[in-house]
Amino acid sequence: MKEADLEKKFQDKVDAEIRIEPRDWMPEKYRKTLIRQISQHAHSEIVGMLPEGNWISRAPSLKRKVGLIAKVQDEAGHGLYLYSAAETLGIDRDTMFQQLNSGKAKYSSIFNYPTISWADIGAIGWLVDGAAIMNQVPLCRCSYGPYARAMVRVCKEESFHQRQGFEILMTLMNGSQEQKDMAQNAIDRWWWPSMMMFGPTDDDSPNTVQSMKWKIKRYTNDELRQKFVDVCVDQAKVLGINLPDPDLKWNEERGHYDFGAINWDEFWNVVKGNGPCNKQRLKTRNEAYDNGAWVREAAMAYSEKRAARKAAGKVA
Amino acid sequence: MKNTWPLWEVFIRSKQGIHHKHVGSLHAPDEMVAIENARDVYTRRQEGVSIWVVESKNITASNPDDSDAFYEPARDKIYRHPTFYDLPDELKHI
Repeated sequence: MKEADLEKKFQDKVDAEIRIEPRDWMPEKYRKTLIRQISQHAHSEIVGMLPEGNWISRAPSLKRKVGLIAKVQDEAGHGLYLYSAAETLGIDRDTMFQQLNSGKAKYSSIFNYPTISWADIGAIGWLVDGAAIMNQVPLCRCSYGPYARAMVRVCKEESFHQRQGFEILMTLMNGSQEQKDMAQNAIDRWWWPSMMMFGPTDDDSPNTVQSMKWKIKRYTNDELRQKFVDVCVDQAKVLGINLPDPDLKWNEERGHYDFGAINWDEFWNVVKGNGPCNKQRLKTRNEAYDNGAWVREAAMAYSEKRAARKAAGKVA
Repeated sequence: MKNTWPLWEVFIRSKQGIHHKHVGSLHAPDEMVAIENARDVYTRRQEGVSIWVVESKNITASNPDDSDAFYEPARDKIYRHPTFYDLPDELKHI
């Protein structure tokens, strides 16, 4: 079949909501787009462990500590599901690790911000996981089967992350003035970076149209950001916390909340590697990889030893 | 007469978008025949759009006798479930 015919057949399947599976023909650009998106998503799960890992040893109670450990464990698992999904497209795991460790690959910029107080763990759970879930729920219907199935697992497991974050903030908001201030301060710092998680505005996002046509994306960046704002405003009321945007107000006509201008210079600056923690995150990641080399080698050596013993046993 | 054909485990994808699911096993002399036999045995009513066969000896399984001890570590970790976290009823979309 000719390339154009294959492309038409492919698009017909996508339009009919038939999932694309690894052995199916797909346009090279579709494959490349998905490899980039899924591997970046995987890297985000892996790097996402770092800001939270910072508070495991200092969690205020045993309950909070086990909850946080469970969450970080989930993120490691989610990274694994996603790396596996990317591998079905023909890229291997080591290549992706090298792309992350060398700084060539991107991951969600939100993880380049520091976690300076315990309340930040609550803010990450509520806002950062909230934004991630908003993004990931439509990905459960992504046209690429392995990615969609990985997202179903991820979304199912992640609902506890957001609830945990909300509960942390609620506990602080029911506490002393100092605790309330700590929670408010965390929201003041995390609100805008969370809003940026949905990516550039639609006007500034040239790949969105193609991704929507391929049904990799189901909503545009601005649509998801608006949903996020609408949900968060009501949840903030339950918390009794202030979202740091003076322009936030209900727009009867639109049926949505209006919100203020996002500082896109800050966003691009962090994407380019100049956020507060970009260098630290990459350094930590590389150290973990390098210092873990002996574990990988030992596991392989042990496996070879067992195989050799088994072979010797058979001969004897 | 001894059947010397190897045993194959059969996995069927019922439709695009759904993962392959184990449906059973069969004997066949090689992987191509195994696929054809699997089609005849397990998809006579168009139950599938894709078949995987794996030679049974290549599957490593956990030991059911060890189940108690093997899965015990997750038993007391109720904090991995959303219901462990206490939130007000008026909270929506979470």
